[in-house]
Amino acid sequence: MTAVTTPPKKQAQRGRPGQSSPKLAYLPIIFLAFAIGIPLLIIVVYSFLEKPSQGTGVKWVFTLENYKALFIQEKLDGTTALDTRYIKVLWTSFYYSVVTTVVTLVLSVPVAMWIATRDAKKRNLLVALVTLPFWISILIRTYGMRQIVADEGPIGKFLGIFNIEWSILYAPPATILGLIYVFLPFMILPIYASAERFDFRLAEAAYDLGAKRMTVVRRIILPSIRPGVISGIALVFIPALGSFLQSDMLGGGKTNMVANVIANNFGQARNWPFGSALAVLLIVLTLLFVLIMQGAAQRRGEKVELV
Amino acid sequence: MSHTNTASRKRGKLVNLRNFPGFNPAAWFVLFFLYSPLVYVVIYSFNSSRIGAVWESFSVKWYGKVFENTDIQRALKNSLQVGFVATVLSTLLAVMAALGLLRMQRAGKAVAMALIGAPLIIAEIVLAVGTLGLFIAVGVPLGKIGLMVAHTAFCIPFALLPIRARLSQLDMAPFEAASDLGANERQILRRITLPLLAPAIFAGALLAFAISIDDFITSFFVAGPGATTLPVYIFGMIRSTVTPEVNAISTLLLLFSGSVLIGSYLIQRKRR
Repeated sequence: MTAVTTPPKKQAQRGRPGQSSPKLAYLPIIFLAFAIGIPLLIIVVYSFLEKPSQGTGVKWVFTLENYKALFIQEKLDGTTALDTRYIKVLWTSFYYSVVTTVVTLVLSVPVAMWIATRDAKKRNLLVALVTLPFWISILIRTYGMRQIVADEGPIGKFLGIFNIEWSILYAPPATILGLIYVFLPFMILPIYASAERFDFRLAEAAYDLGAKRMTVVRRIILPSIRPGVISGIALVFIPALGSFLQSDMLGGGKTNMVANVIANNFGQARNWPFGSALAVLLIVLTLLFVLIMQGAAQRRGEKVELV
Repeated sequence: MSHTNTASRKRGKLVNLRNFPGFNPAAWFVLFFLYSPLVYVVIYSFNSSRIGAVWESFSVKWYGKVFENTDIQRALKNSLQVGFVATVLSTLLAVMAALGLLRMQRAGKAVAMALIGAPLIIAEIVLAVGTLGLFIAVGVPLGKIGLMVAHTAFCIPFALLPIRARLSQLDMAPFEAASDLGANERQILRRITLPLLAPAIFAGALLAFAISIDDFITSFFVAGPGATTLPVYIFGMIRSTVTPEVNAISTLLLLFSGSVLIGSYLIQRKRR
């Protein structure tokens, strides 16, 4: 998948026979600079500009107000006060992403180990089953989850038999459940990739030498699937932090995450500069997380390749 | 994923790990969790009732509604056109990038990798609104052309993944042999590199197509009113009135994804 942890690779030799000229990469790089680089630059620039008095877009006047507005509210009488609304949005996004990462991790380790210890034929089928959702539209998967958790959905109907009230749709638990559902395969697959490479004779040897079951798990198995776990955490946490659809469709707009607030500022709220400031904050948080993950991997002499 | 000799060696002896307590139920629970929402969507696409959650009787009328709905057809056409162009362009650019990067200097390579990696790391919403800003600043009309540009950009890293993976595994012997026998760079590219990379290029193109067809957020911001893609249209349907028609079109899309995947699997197996 997108992030693979590998041992440090040696630098590609230059000029091996058959290697094309580096000029070949110029066109893709120029294109990406236009279609990826400039949009990112625009967001950074817009975040320092003023909002026009009417309509969308920006007014070309430098200001730091957008960043101030993330934390401070200016009242009508001119006094200022701490504004916790956006801090709460950021906290919500962070908190949901952490819960999603932890739950998917706890579910994925046993599943990945279980798949890795099946016979080759069954294993391929199981890997295909876990991979398949990756090919299915996230929109449809989120919609499916919405039908499942709806008040009158299957869970609600079942609990209704026992007169237990079920109502989580358009509330935080539904958003978190949706995030877990959508990102679970991103955790299982890299952990499986590590578990599959694991030499199970090591575990046997540990048993033979008298290690208890939990000791084997802790000392032998967990360290060897660590690269997969690190990849999985990155692959779940990063997209969860910037996710839009789950809080929109399952949280019902009541549990806004950062992406929803950014979208709203570029949509109905028509405040592009403020939306840009939030977007810059999201980029910074994401990059910070990437650095932490790379640090965690490098301490063990592994290199997390996020590309 | 190669399961070579360790698989046969480890079987039989590892009673302990194979039947680790809790692993088995956890695995079945996860599979159930992953598939029950999809199964539910499919079942309720055959519900005759207008109200999604109340089962009335079996009916295929919602499929009829989908096939009659000209908006859906237009959205599907937009999605396929954008997906096709984005797949071809992004795969082409990914092949060029993969080959060119091999011999690129450190600094240039770092810049290139940052640009390629950006869509994988930075939240899509950020790139979507940034692209909207770019198109409005440069005067690109919101519509299909803009969508194709945006989709091509974020499909490149996905198309690149399998190509780069394959490139790093390639055996250098054929290249050296060809070079020793006097083949020039262009001949080596055409006769050796590209044929050896073909399965990875195919896999990359497939990935790019899937990513483009599924894309919602960028399309939502950049499509404009005229170029609504299928996910954007479905999102609108879900927001306004949810009838089993959404389930019917979702089921059709599930079928489509499934058949593309099985088709590609069969093609790749044939090649081997």
